[in-house]
Amino acid sequence: MKVLRPRSVDDALELYRRHPDAVPLAGGTDFMVAWNGGSENGRLILDLSAITSWQRIRHAGSMLRVGALATHWRLQHEPLVKKKFPLLVDACATIGGRQIQSRGTLGGNIANASPAGDTFAPLAVYEATVRLRSAAGRRKLPFMKVFAGVKKTHLRPGELIESVELDFPPKPARQLFRKVGTRSASAISKTVAAGLLWLRRDGTVRELRFALGSMAPTVRRLYAVESFMYGRKPTPRVVKEALLLLEADVDPIDDLRSTRFYRMEVSRNLLRAFLRSGS
Amino acid sequence: MPKKIELEVVINGQKKAYRGAAFKRLIDVLREDFALTGTKEGCGEGECGACTVLLDGELVNSCLIPVYQAEGARVETIEALAAPNALDRLQAFFLTKGGAQCGICTPGMVMSAWAYVREGGSDDAASIREALAGNLCRCTGYQHIVESVVATVQASNQRTRKK
Repeated sequence: MKVLRPRSVDDALELYRRHPDAVPLAGGTDFMVAWNGGSENGRLILDLSAITSWQRIRHAGSMLRVGALATHWRLQHEPLVKKKFPLLVDACATIGGRQIQSRGTLGGNIANASPAGDTFAPLAVYEATVRLRSAAGRRKLPFMKVFAGVKKTHLRPGELIESVELDFPPKPARQLFRKVGTRSASAISKTVAAGLLWLRRDGTVRELRFALGSMAPTVRRLYAVESFMYGRKPTPRVVKEALLLLEADVDPIDDLRSTRFYRMEVSRNLLRAFLRSGS
Repeated sequence: MPKKIELEVVINGQKKAYRGAAFKRLIDVLREDFALTGTKEGCGEGECGACTVLLDGELVNSCLIPVYQAEGARVETIEALAAPNALDRLQAFFLTKGGAQCGICTPGMVMSAWAYVREGGSDDAASIREALAGNLCRCTGYQHIVESVVATVQASNQRTRKK
């Protein structure tokens, strides 16, 4: 194994430009597992762990800017994140155990692009923006435009995730984060859900955002359900109709962790419970 | 970075010099280069927590850390807790409450519990279970492990009150 360990952002970007085949390494909680398993031998590593400026979590005007190298443990304990983005805190608390949370980073989680990434459903409903950086310059991608497929992103050669921006949302009437797995820690999810709901005074839906992970090659927002619910009251009859639209946006598979049938059923139950919970 | 590197790391309060492969895992460095064999390897995949150590005060799985990332850092292993014949209170309770069975998970379990107690964790069983969630025991001995930690926290609280 050959390791490049830049101490500054500029050095990192220049090295990545020259070696676009290098593997960017942050907390190593995914890569090291593969390496221990015997694959990935002889790879060139671009180790980012010495770039401390990308570990910062900062209030920037109307948004929070989370450095790509902020760990899941840091995110859970940052007062502003706890106050404004509780679903992200809940998600970070379900990633592995504490040992994984203290190494794994938000940027690493995104770059790894697992269909089961636990932070993705919250980032989808908070409508995060991902800031990318390369030797050529900066670029922003809406979170939902980052993923190209299983373990694939739209990052270009030489591009690194610099930070994730989250606009402070108005206080929702209801919110939900729920990971369904075999055990509460160190388990990859069968399905993972995040929801935000804002209501008008008359009880009709002002805005609904609902996202599911592990239900398609990439995280999905339930756009069909969301737009159907707009302006309607979440009565039993309306919710029943909304649940039929779930399949428009997700397409889960049978795999070693669960089945398509179970994933659909539990997702419908989560969505129904969320929409009906106020009544 | 050359394939072979030299670096310094503070292990259990002692400055140590490492010379060898940059991409050697911290657990292997601890066990092979410094003969600290208390740290065990369970899964090698970051799932089981048997190889848990503290790196600059943070709980980590030492099977997932390439040693160059520990350059200049403080590492604490199970050997930091006590001498073999003078156990730490936490270790003593693991012994008397039956918190250890086959022993493979124990060093990692104790390290996570140690961090929890040191940070002022409460004797509430649910909080203890959450703090130990990254440590698996396949002897299914969780109940006794939790009781060992509860007893340690309560004993520490009593002692603080007496002072």
